[in-house]
Amino acid sequence: MMLGKVQVPPTVKRGEAFEVRVLVQHPMETGFRRNLDGQSIPANIVDKLACRLGGREIFRAELGTGISANPYIAFFTTADASGELVVEWSDDRGEKGRVATMVTVV
Amino acid sequence: MARDFEMNRRRALAAAGAALAGAALPSRAQRFQPAQDITPLLLLVTHGTTPREEGVEIDLPQIAENGNSVPMRIRIASPMTAGDYVKAIYIFAERNPRPLVATFHLNAQSGRAEVTTRVRLAGTQKVRALAELSGDRFVIGAMDVLVTAAACLDESLL
Repeated sequence: MMLGKVQVPPTVKRGEAFEVRVLVQHPMETGFRRNLDGQSIPANIVDKLACRLGGREIFRAELGTGISANPYIAFFTTADASGELVVEWSDDRGEKGRVATMVTVV
Repeated sequence: MARDFEMNRRRALAAAGAALAGAALPSRAQRFQPAQDITPLLLLVTHGTTPREEGVEIDLPQIAENGNSVPMRIRIASPMTAGDYVKAIYIFAERNPRPLVATFHLNAQSGRAEVTTRVRLAGTQKVRALAELSGDRFVIGAMDVLVTAAACLDESLL
C-alpha cells in the first residue's frame, strides 16, 4: 500500500466546479539513472491513476517518466450530490494505493 | 628492445584513447539529447488530423532552475457542456527521452478544463499540450521553457 493525500474544499456548491488535489508518495524512478557502481536503477513509475466520485469515474490519468517524483495532480470536477471521492493508483510493479475523502454538497 | 617497448606503449596509449572516446560518447549523447520530431507521435494521437493552434494556455515558469520538478498548469478554453467538452489532455516534451509526459482524461462533468502537475524536463525546450475535444476535434498550444539544470540525466556521469 502506498501513501497519498487527497484534498477537496470543505463544502462545494451543487454543479459548481471545485478543485481536487492529489499527492502520491512515489520515487518515479525513470530507469535512465545509474547508481555509483554504474549499474542502472530499474524504472518504477506510477503509470495509472483514477478518481471516482460516488462510483462514477470523474478523472483518469496515464503518467510517464516525465512526471516528477511524488506526483502532484490537481484537476476540477462537479458534484450533484454528496459522496465519497476515491483516488486509486498503481505502479508498473503492480503496487496499488488508495485514498478517499468525503465531498459535501450544500 | 627499447624500440619495441616504445611501440607497445604507443599502441597501448592509442587503444586507451579510443576506448575513452567510445566511453565518452553515450554520456555525451545523453547530456545533449536533441529535440526530437514529435509530429509522428502527434499524428498517432490525433489519427492524422492536424490540430488547430488555439485555446490552449500553458502556465510554466520562463526559467526553471531544476528540471526535475517544474510546476505546470494547462487550461483549455471550453464551455465544458455535454455537447462541447475536453475529453483528454496530452503533454509532450520534445527533448525528454520519452516525449509523452502524461495523458489526462476529463469528461463533460469536469466543469473546468484545467490540470496542474509537476513535470520533469530534460533541458531547455518547447513543451506542447494537445487537447482532444468532443466531436474528434484537436487543439494544441506550446510554451518555451529555459531549464538550467536538466532532469533525466545520469548524475554519476556529470
